[in-house]
Amino acid sequence: MEAKKRRTLRIPGSTSILASLISIGVGLIVGLILLYVLNAKAAGGAFISLVTTGFRSTDKFAKMLYQAAPLIMTGLSVGFAFKTGLFNIGATGQYTVGAAFALIGAIQFQLPWYICLLLAFIGGAIWGIFPGLFKALYNVNEVITSIMFNWIAMFAVNLTINNLPMMLAKYWGGAQMDRTANLAQANPSALIPRMGLDVLMKSNYMNISIFIAIIFALISWVILSKTTFGYELKACGYNRNASIYAGINAKRNIVLSMVISGAFAGVGGGLYFLAGTGQYTLVKQLLSAGFNGIPVALLATSNPIGTIFSAFFVSYIQVGGDAMQPDFVKEIIDIIISVIIYLAAFALLTRELLARGKQRRADDAADAMDAIAPAPEAKDEVK
Amino acid sequence: MNEYVIEMLNITKEFPGIRANDDITLRLRRGEIHALLGENGAGKSTLMSVLFGLYQPEKGVIKKDGEIVRIKDPNDANTLNIGMVHQHFKLVEVFTVLENIILGVEPNKMGFLQKKVARKKVVELSERYGLKIDPDALIENISVGMQQRVEILKMLYRDNDILIFDEPTAVLTPQEIDELMQIMRSFAAEGKSILFITHKLNEIMAVADRCTVLRKGKCIGTVDVKDTDKVKLSRMMVGRDVEFIVTKDDATPGDVVLDVKHLTVPSKSHKNNAVKDVSFQVRAGEIVCLAGIEGNGQTECVYALTGLEKPSAGTITLKGEPIVLIGRKRGKQSAEALGKVKTILMPIRHRSKLGMSHIPEDRQKFGLVLDYSLEQNLVLQRYWEPTFQKSGFIRNLSVRQYAEKLIKQYDIRSGQGPITSARSMSGGNQQKAIVARELDKNPELLVAVQPTRGLDVGAIEYIHHQLIAARDKGKGVFLVSLELDEVVNVSDRILVMYEGEIVGEFDPKKTTVEELGLFMAGAKKQTAERTVH
Repeated sequence: MEAKKRRTLRIPGSTSILASLISIGVGLIVGLILLYVLNAKAAGGAFISLVTTGFRSTDKFAKMLYQAAPLIMTGLSVGFAFKTGLFNIGATGQYTVGAAFALIGAIQFQLPWYICLLLAFIGGAIWGIFPGLFKALYNVNEVITSIMFNWIAMFAVNLTINNLPMMLAKYWGGAQMDRTANLAQANPSALIPRMGLDVLMKSNYMNISIFIAIIFALISWVILSKTTFGYELKACGYNRNASIYAGINAKRNIVLSMVISGAFAGVGGGLYFLAGTGQYTLVKQLLSAGFNGIPVALLATSNPIGTIFSAFFVSYIQVGGDAMQPDFVKEIIDIIISVIIYLAAFALLTRELLARGKQRRADDAADAMDAIAPAPEAKDEVK
Repeated sequence: MNEYVIEMLNITKEFPGIRANDDITLRLRRGEIHALLGENGAGKSTLMSVLFGLYQPEKGVIKKDGEIVRIKDPNDANTLNIGMVHQHFKLVEVFTVLENIILGVEPNKMGFLQKKVARKKVVELSERYGLKIDPDALIENISVGMQQRVEILKMLYRDNDILIFDEPTAVLTPQEIDELMQIMRSFAAEGKSILFITHKLNEIMAVADRCTVLRKGKCIGTVDVKDTDKVKLSRMMVGRDVEFIVTKDDATPGDVVLDVKHLTVPSKSHKNNAVKDVSFQVRAGEIVCLAGIEGNGQTECVYALTGLEKPSAGTITLKGEPIVLIGRKRGKQSAEALGKVKTILMPIRHRSKLGMSHIPEDRQKFGLVLDYSLEQNLVLQRYWEPTFQKSGFIRNLSVRQYAEKLIKQYDIRSGQGPITSARSMSGGNQQKAIVARELDKNPELLVAVQPTRGLDVGAIEYIHHQLIAARDKGKGVFLVSLELDEVVNVSDRILVMYEGEIVGEFDPKKTTVEELGLFMAGAKKQTAERTVH
């Protein structure tokens, strides 16, 4: 029994999942404590709605799925770059550009939704190229360039949309000055199909975007774990020197990795705004969906399949958080959610701690390994 | 007074699945030099870590002067006057020698550093033991030998009288080794006790009084060095007979495989060139060794050969095909510039396809992706071949089969076979994996840089055999080594490099370690024009 347990722990995946679950647990406990500190009377009820709302009705569940789709995409974006040893903090910029490309395609050029999504993909990819090129050619830290490109993206998109009158809600008879047009009015064919899911789930939020996101997660997983390209990318990420030594074109891979990472984030922007329930607002503020991709990826330890579930979790907490009103004001809820997500994102740290105990033992054991563990024994363990 | 200054009695230290130290007893006499001998993974480091307070043993006690002591951390060890020179020095690069020596025990008056007091003590110590240092030099600017003297002075400054040396000679020249041996003897004569970890038998025979041998975590025995010899010691260590002299037939050099002409490589750390106008050839079926003290341009020379760095001048030809050809800069030689000499810098992958294999100097930095499994590492140079991939998808089954073949053929030992993480493997087996991968590519030229660094006698013997087998199959082998025994034993031709130049070419049968040492230290230089082919 003991031996079996030890063997389970040895599988890297199980450590990751365990680490993520522990982190989530710690995050929730700290969240609960915070609630008590802030408003002890309402804390219990609020916590219950925080953790149960998402499952209370199909409507809430649909909203959770709807918010999860773009989160999966930005999570995949960050995670993909992580695997290559890059920290793509520019997911929000790529997300914004992707959203803008999709919306311009949808409203200005009246294109159908799938073309718009393709445009989002391209837009995000273009925005990923720049930090990639700077990193590959001049070894400029990608964090710095992508942060700058986040702001460039936001202002460029605002400027462009402002100068395309057709894009704005006012043109289509809407009241707001600072918003893009409602897609249902401007171009219904650009809305992501609902395929009856909205009726089934009794929710306006529901469409097929969650499935599209899951398909991208699978694609990302296949690329990373099944292809020579993924093998090269990960080799670059784990040990750039060794990949150069092995003749892998590290520079090309850095750029490609950022392009793919950017494309994922771009699709995220497309999925969110082509749902028709949200309109792009011209504010001087970076969109948070891109940043939320970072904890999503961390919580999933960059695993594409894990990203699906961690995005579900983050989205679930957000939906639950909304239900804590009016006992708690919106800002407080945001803080609580951030604390939970923040601690949950410690998954890497937790995994490190879990692994370190093991690793220390393994390291020391490794010395003795060649002498003490003879080859035939090793064969058993493979099976 | 107790005869033994330190006694480690029945020490047992377990790690999951492995008993790293199994009932080991080691007694250190006052004023003796006691060698601790064992293969990689025999448990030497674990035992010393127990003594230094880094691990707590499951069983057994440590006695100092006959009294049981508990050593919970290195500070406790220091209080007991136990000092250690680690294999990889623990020095602050940007601090001066003096600052490093007093680090942690700075003499001060109300928080103000009393450097003068410290300097006086350090200078005294250095003069008394003949440990030449410059107290004001920065660590990053001084030689490895001097860095080691700084480490020794650190122990002396702390009044340690039990000194642990962890493989201290690995980085030194023969002359420096002799010096160190002298210093160790003078310490012993003064009543200090020395624990000397090594797997070099010559040094044990030369300097140690007694020797404790560990094998597979067990204590094989403690012997008086004067009653034993190298053969007996190595049998105790490995558990079988080991050949010291590598038996090999004479080389029958064939065609030129590698032709290097006027190679110049700029240095990254200083303004001078690291490699200065170097020319040499390697033929099929011979082992050419580039000897020299670390940091004399060998690394840069290899980087230029293998494509990790860009030379600033010269040509390199592999099997008749130019892999590096630096076009001359305009202005300097305008006539040739008009002839449009085009610069060629062949990418690493192409060199590999042309038949170059490379066992890199730093196996963890270059040779392996430590977070990849063994099988993934074994295909690192070949994953793109049709055998291992089909339209971009890795053929896992072929990879697994290939890995299992290599593991069997090269006897690579690991916990879980092909899926073992490279990180969890021992150094010797990591190196075996690299050797397997590079040799199985069936190269025309094998560039092997310090292939036996940090390995034990058994593994060294194995790798030497592999190099010679490759040579006998008609491959060219370019060996870069700091170990003079290896240089003399394995190679067919020796080139000595000093400050970026080849200062001598020798036939290993007609030279001695001492002669090579003089050339390596720059004391001598072959004045006659070396025949540049």
